[in-house]
Amino acid sequence: MPKIINLPLTDKVIAELKTGENVLLNGIIYTARDAAHKRIVEALEKGKPLPFELKGQTIYYMGPTPARPGQVIGSAGPTSSYRMDIYAPRLMEEGLKGMIGKGQRTQAVLDAMKKYKAVYFAAIGGTGALIAKSIKKADIIAYEELGAEAVRKLEVENFTVTVINDIYGGDLYQQGKAKYRISI
Amino acid sequence: MREIDAKEVTKTVTRLFLEANYNLTDDILDALKKAEKSEESTAGKEVLRQIIKNADIAAKEQIALCQDCGAAVVFLEPGQDAHIVGGDLNEAINEGVRQAYEKGYLRKSMVRQPFSARVNTKDNTPAIIHTEIVPGDKLKITVVPKGGGAENMSRLIMLTPSAGRQGIIDNVLKAVDEAGSNPCPPLIVGVGIGGTAEKTLLLAKKALLRKVGDHNADPEVAELEKELLEKVNKLGIGPMGYGGRTTALAVNVEVFPSHIAGMPLAINMNCHSARHKEAVL
Repeated sequence: MPKIINLPLTDKVIAELKTGENVLLNGIIYTARDAAHKRIVEALEKGKPLPFELKGQTIYYMGPTPARPGQVIGSAGPTSSYRMDIYAPRLMEEGLKGMIGKGQRTQAVLDAMKKYKAVYFAAIGGTGALIAKSIKKADIIAYEELGAEAVRKLEVENFTVTVINDIYGGDLYQQGKAKYRISI
Repeated sequence: MREIDAKEVTKTVTRLFLEANYNLTDDILDALKKAEKSEESTAGKEVLRQIIKNADIAAKEQIALCQDCGAAVVFLEPGQDAHIVGGDLNEAINEGVRQAYEKGYLRKSMVRQPFSARVNTKDNTPAIIHTEIVPGDKLKITVVPKGGGAENMSRLIMLTPSAGRQGIIDNVLKAVDEAGSNPCPPLIVGVGIGGTAEKTLLLAKKALLRKVGDHNADPEVAELEKELLEKVNKLGIGPMGYGGRTTALAVNVEVFPSHIAGMPLAINMNCHSARHKEAVL
């Protein structure tokens, strides 16, 4: 059975998370992709206000399709995380505790995760229609002109994710591949 | 000379992009279901289950399969005896893209001046159009909403003749291995061999259009495809990179003669949401 987690993430919850675990996230998460990350880091450098308080929060790397009338959000699956790698350590330094995306991260991000005790989850890429079902509320809170790349505050209910990198150096991509690799 | 109305082109392009974004083709869906049964990894199996469930929801509710509704790639094959009337053909295609992405609640992902301002064009145009004139008086239109995650894992390697068959195998495996989870496996791997740099890249992209399970008509190439698929699936990456036996559903190779000095190799990947639709006018 997947572990149910109520957000925001606490250090205690993070300490108990292990690579490969399936988790159901409940509560508030924020979306940000490349363009929003660039602006957030620029705001940090210039001491300008941030779209949301990073401390303790979780960011979902996602830019949805437009919602049809009556829908909360359109298709809403994860984008590749590595494009945010250049910005992620700076955000963790400010207190970011969770990241949700897909795909492997650079060593610098993994090191920052250990240092600042943050965790990286993956959602299943290409299942945006299904993931949308677990998003109960979506509001654009910043950078509206970026369209799909605007920062959204999402309320999620039982959002299924998998722990890729825990704070102990575990890496599902490495471990999973090693387990099933057949040498040629 | 047969006349084809540009408005028909627009209508068809719109319809195809909508269908492609909501519905996986039967061959992909069947391959995913087969993989779900055979996959040994529990995590991999669960990923495949979710992918199949997603396809069901997308089709029923007409929601995009993936939030990345892609760059609008269009392959055009006009017959040399076909005559487009009533408007500019390229504009007719762009209008079709515009209408599909607007009416269909699809994400508009194209930005202008990619190296600086990156301002969204707001209608997912311009389409990326490849035209090849063929005999006949018809117009074949194939649309490919191509996601950025898989496209970013593309490779062009200007191999030289001594690399040979083994050079192709080594480089394809290296590209898939390094891409890992990023292109959203299980993949369709398109491979182009020969031609010039741009020709081989186009071959690799065209290779993605083939039905899963179909092989190149040349038995030697078909043999290479089978060997590549088997080896790719030994990498262990598995569905979404969580580990498993299903890293690719197909490896499709297209070959063209090359210059005596070279053997260009291109690799273009499609995610499991391998979307494409075609129609003939």
